[in-house]
Amino acid sequence: MIEEPFANGVSFFHKRDPRVKIIAAASLSLVLALTSSFTTAITGFFFTALLLILSKPDFSFLLKRIMAVNIFTLFLLVTLPLTYGGDETVKFLFFNISTDGLRMAMLIALKTNGILFCFLALLATSSIVSLGHGMEKLGLPLKLIFLLLFSYRQLFVIFQEYQRLQRAAKLRGFVPANSLHTYQTYAYLFGMTLVKSWNRAQRVQQAMVLRGFSGRLIPLNQPKPSVIDYGFLLSLLIISLILAGFSLIPLPS
Amino acid sequence: MNEVPLLELRDICYSFKDSDSQLLNKINFTISSERIGLIGANGCGKTTLFQIIMGLLQADKGEILLDGAKIETEKELRNLRRKLGFLFQNSDDQLFSPTVLEDVAFGPLNLGMSPDDARKISIATLGHLGLKGFEDRITHRLSGGEKKLVALATILSMKPQLLLLDEPSNNLDPATRERLIEILRTQDMPHIIISHDMDFLASTCTTLYTLQSGQLARCEQKQIHSHEHIHPYGEHPHQHGT
Repeated sequence: MIEEPFANGVSFFHKRDPRVKIIAAASLSLVLALTSSFTTAITGFFFTALLLILSKPDFSFLLKRIMAVNIFTLFLLVTLPLTYGGDETVKFLFFNISTDGLRMAMLIALKTNGILFCFLALLATSSIVSLGHGMEKLGLPLKLIFLLLFSYRQLFVIFQEYQRLQRAAKLRGFVPANSLHTYQTYAYLFGMTLVKSWNRAQRVQQAMVLRGFSGRLIPLNQPKPSVIDYGFLLSLLIISLILAGFSLIPLPS
Repeated sequence: MNEVPLLELRDICYSFKDSDSQLLNKINFTISSERIGLIGANGCGKTTLFQIIMGLLQADKGEILLDGAKIETEKELRNLRRKLGFLFQNSDDQLFSPTVLEDVAFGPLNLGMSPDDARKISIATLGHLGLKGFEDRITHRLSGGEKKLVALATILSMKPQLLLLDEPSNNLDPATRERLIEILRTQDMPHIIISHDMDFLASTCTTLYTLQSGQLARCEQKQIHSHEHIHPYGEHPHQHGT
């Protein structure tokens, strides 16, 4: 099951209107993504970390998510200093370590985690359905939202089918090994997963059509943005601007 | 003058693309307020017939009439689907929202009800089925019996006029089975039930039809009966087959 472990909590962020959260997350992450300034990246990193803590996430899930992304940044942290080049280098054993490369890898790591924290605090605290609805209210193309919501639903269906088949294989004594039998079994497993999820998706779609579905998912909770929502949005937009302004401040060398 | 039947099938024919034999051969059928049971061997086309009625499959020949009017356009089909509720054989295919309340409210919301009304009608429907307090339960973590009842709730919340139930008593424990029988008996709504469970049909239906070699035949009246018999391990809960 693909869960939404952050969406069911109770915090200030969970109560905010999805539209407000989408705009705020977009502006914050845009600033973080485009900056090449350490000041902005570090401040942004700590600010979004603060937001994340305020959203009261489940820490075991949180750690898993952060780890998943940081495997990638760790890879950059190892490779960039060795390959980036530049003038300044530090000799370490046999390696010439580029300080520019190190700086670049650190910057990427800070920015990546900042954006991740921002998404976890602002977007993951809403369910996908209410985010989809928020996007619709913001005037984003209906097709795009439809695609998002259905990929999400189908991922879940496919995952469930795969789990079921895998269980069936395991119960009949299947132990993966480096053998032709294993590869063949996995090939069958993937093939059957595709076929079965296709069939299941079709039945689920039939069930939806029979219950009057015509292309729009309507959420049960349709809150209107409150004064607090507008205040929240305004303050986050101002913070984004300030962060963007930090790019102008040169780092003391 | 005859009353116009709620649903009428005229000369419905259907065959699978890759097969020569006719699965359904000129099916004629009407229903107004009856409670009908439909029996037949596995693979004889019972579920296919339901899918044709709901417009999920296109019949090769024949017409479907709702309240005497032919179903031809997409709009008429949507109206038919609003009036007929189809309970799937597998509840897992029917429940797709994260929580029970969202799933039950899905239909009413699609019918254009306001979220408040949809919420009200969903809670009322759940209460009617004895599922009070299930609103925030996660659908995929329910037991098989609970899933079946919630799936029924998702259909009843749309206030249909006729129910099509595809093997509703399959894999239900005796208590849930009794509850389902009670629900079907007490509500004032016609239904067609596909089942192999004769006792279930005997307690929920007044008329039986069989589907055999593509033909639908009404069974003689008063054929439904119950009898006592000796059963190995009879003191334990058990289900009856055909």
